[in-house]
Amino acid sequence: MRVALFLTCVNDTLYPDTGRAVVRLLARLGVEVDFPMAQTCCGQAHYNTGYRHEAEPLARRFADVFREYEAIVTPSASCAAMVRELYPRMGERARAEGRGGGLSAALAPVIPKTYELTEFLVDVLGVTDVGASYPHTVTYHPTCHGLRVLGLGDRPRRLLQAVRGLELVELPGAEECCGFGGTFALKNADVSAAMGADKVHHAESTGAEVLCAADNSCLMHIGGTMTRLATAVRPVHIAEILASTEEDPTV
Amino acid sequence: MSGSRTSGSTFVGMPAFPEAAHNAVNNPTLRGNLRHATHTIRAKRADAVAELSDWAELREAGKQIKDHTLRHLDRYLVELEASVTTAGGTVHWAADGDEANRIVARLVQETGESEVVKVKSMATQEIGLNEALEAVGVRAYETDLAELIVQLGKDRPSHILVPAIHRNRGEIRDIFRSEMGAWGRPAPEGLTDAPTELAEAARLHLREKFLRAKVGISGANFMVAETGTLVVVESEGNGRMCLTLPETLISVVGIEKIVPTWRDLEVFLQTLPRSSTAERMNPYTSMWTGTTDGDGPRAFHLVLLDNGRSDTLADEVGRQALRCIRCSACLNVCPVYERAGGHAYGSVYPGPIGAILSPQLRGTGSAVDASLPYASSLCGACYDVCPVAIDIPEVLVHLRERVVQGGPVTRDGSKVVLRPAKGHGAERVAMRAARWAFSRPGALRAGQRVASRTRRLHPRSLPGPGRAWSATRDLPPVPAESFRDWWQRTKGGEGGAQ
Repeated sequence: MRVALFLTCVNDTLYPDTGRAVVRLLARLGVEVDFPMAQTCCGQAHYNTGYRHEAEPLARRFADVFREYEAIVTPSASCAAMVRELYPRMGERARAEGRGGGLSAALAPVIPKTYELTEFLVDVLGVTDVGASYPHTVTYHPTCHGLRVLGLGDRPRRLLQAVRGLELVELPGAEECCGFGGTFALKNADVSAAMGADKVHHAESTGAEVLCAADNSCLMHIGGTMTRLATAVRPVHIAEILASTEEDPTV
Repeated sequence: MSGSRTSGSTFVGMPAFPEAAHNAVNNPTLRGNLRHATHTIRAKRADAVAELSDWAELREAGKQIKDHTLRHLDRYLVELEASVTTAGGTVHWAADGDEANRIVARLVQETGESEVVKVKSMATQEIGLNEALEAVGVRAYETDLAELIVQLGKDRPSHILVPAIHRNRGEIRDIFRSEMGAWGRPAPEGLTDAPTELAEAARLHLREKFLRAKVGISGANFMVAETGTLVVVESEGNGRMCLTLPETLISVVGIEKIVPTWRDLEVFLQTLPRSSTAERMNPYTSMWTGTTDGDGPRAFHLVLLDNGRSDTLADEVGRQALRCIRCSACLNVCPVYERAGGHAYGSVYPGPIGAILSPQLRGTGSAVDASLPYASSLCGACYDVCPVAIDIPEVLVHLRERVVQGGPVTRDGSKVVLRPAKGHGAERVAMRAARWAFSRPGALRAGQRVASRTRRLHPRSLPGPGRAWSATRDLPPVPAESFRDWWQRTKGGEGGAQ
């Protein structure tokens, strides 16, 4: 199977460890991934801020870059949701604007084969025990687009529960948004910060060492709030936990 | 259709949402009141909905009934007018709030009365009817407990179902003690903040108004086209009083409240109570069809209100907002509403539904209306709980486009092309620049390398708009090397497929 890693612009620039973790994890499971160098950004920030027409060339680029692969794996629930839920909508809107079915046709091939990492592991590879070891107390925050748009359900929890040494503790108010929301974090900074502080306090109340999620953009907001509030909890992407082994542990 | 839209005079000149939310976020009493109230009702609603094994089917049925009705609204409105007229009622058409207010004021003046009792109604709040009646010397008494609290406190509603949700029991006791006397029967001596005492004080205060009033004013939750029957769903019994005791009843109802048949009510009378108050069955469901000799009001007037609804219906993405049955489930589950409070939305329709209704009914011209589409993290909790499946995040993003890109919209029945809103210039430039860089991997890489090489120089606090981030959050440290540089340098480490 030809599998491509769509790392996302945020991970590529700010969280290369998450990318290396995905490569290492998938290699351990016998899947060689390619990183097409022409990839950039799915266009989500543009689309969700109201710049749909600016997002269109980015969506077309995504489709061009990844068209030939059999599966596209991304360690970002919200970017996966962008491709799967919003690319079809972009195509429909273009048609409604009298621009024909060209955009829909260009985007269609990549939509069904784009997977968020935990979906790819559980649904495509059929594994829940990925042979990981991570001797820490972890609480899991289901990010909104993974939870409500992709419907990841219990996949991330099943994967975490199979990790050796990992103690999974429930996060109070887990399904409440952390307050990131892309440009929402800047446009409504007061409300965003209040939501973030509440999320951090919930994480603290669990006594966990690590708050884990499947999206680094949310973790950037939560983690930035954690260090500002001098919290003992650390944010770690789920890929880095699943990649961790006794011989080669993730800190 | 002509005339300017009435936006409810109490909300004119509201600041944009972020400024209005600032105070609420920093008000611990308000935060506590809202948190307690929304979390309580949120949990109860989830239980009430979980009891029904066919909830998903009911939700889909509700959506389809509403979509069908909206698609054929012209036909059903005419059918409704005929049914109401046959049953002895009189139908009035109001293109906007001003026209509706003028009609109601004239109807009240024709009775010779100078006071009216009101059933809780969002439509009359939307058009600022109480203020319009006041201007012609008619006093309108709100009889819903929470609306009474808002009216006595010279306050504004902050929730669709629970307009005084921002008040706690102590605040309500103080309002009753100090204000009731000026409006009628004063609060009993030694009133405490016990819920039973507060309810009894309101009951005594309102009773004399029910018994005296000759004119009642209501909205309606549903209007059944086939019979001309109106339906009001409430839980205090005040509605039943206002709908049956007065001699004249005037109902002001948005044109989207039609259902074709009685059978359609079966769906909504299951989904509405469970979504709004978490009740299995609504306590007081009043239904009336025109007038009946010797029973109830002798005159019945129905004022059908457009006020931006036809324009909203013309928008193929935004029209789904007209499915709304005003249950408030989206408010109760919304993390933004919980922290910003209802007043920040600058409309009688707060919360997620308000954020998509107000900018459509009123247009995106004012500061608050242009900011409402952004008053959401797009977390999607509102869409999940909506009993008529309004995809609120989809409409929010659609309205963001309208704000920043402009484009064709329908205003007052005519197609116009909106210009992009002011105040988004820097953002537009940034978005274009990002699109440019993301269209050229080489440019993206160059930017990443600059960021990596200067990473020790990055300040902890950002200037300008970046302060909105760094005031409360640290920036992530920039790595020494981007992933793409690492991949190229190492050929994907050990696991790459290169």
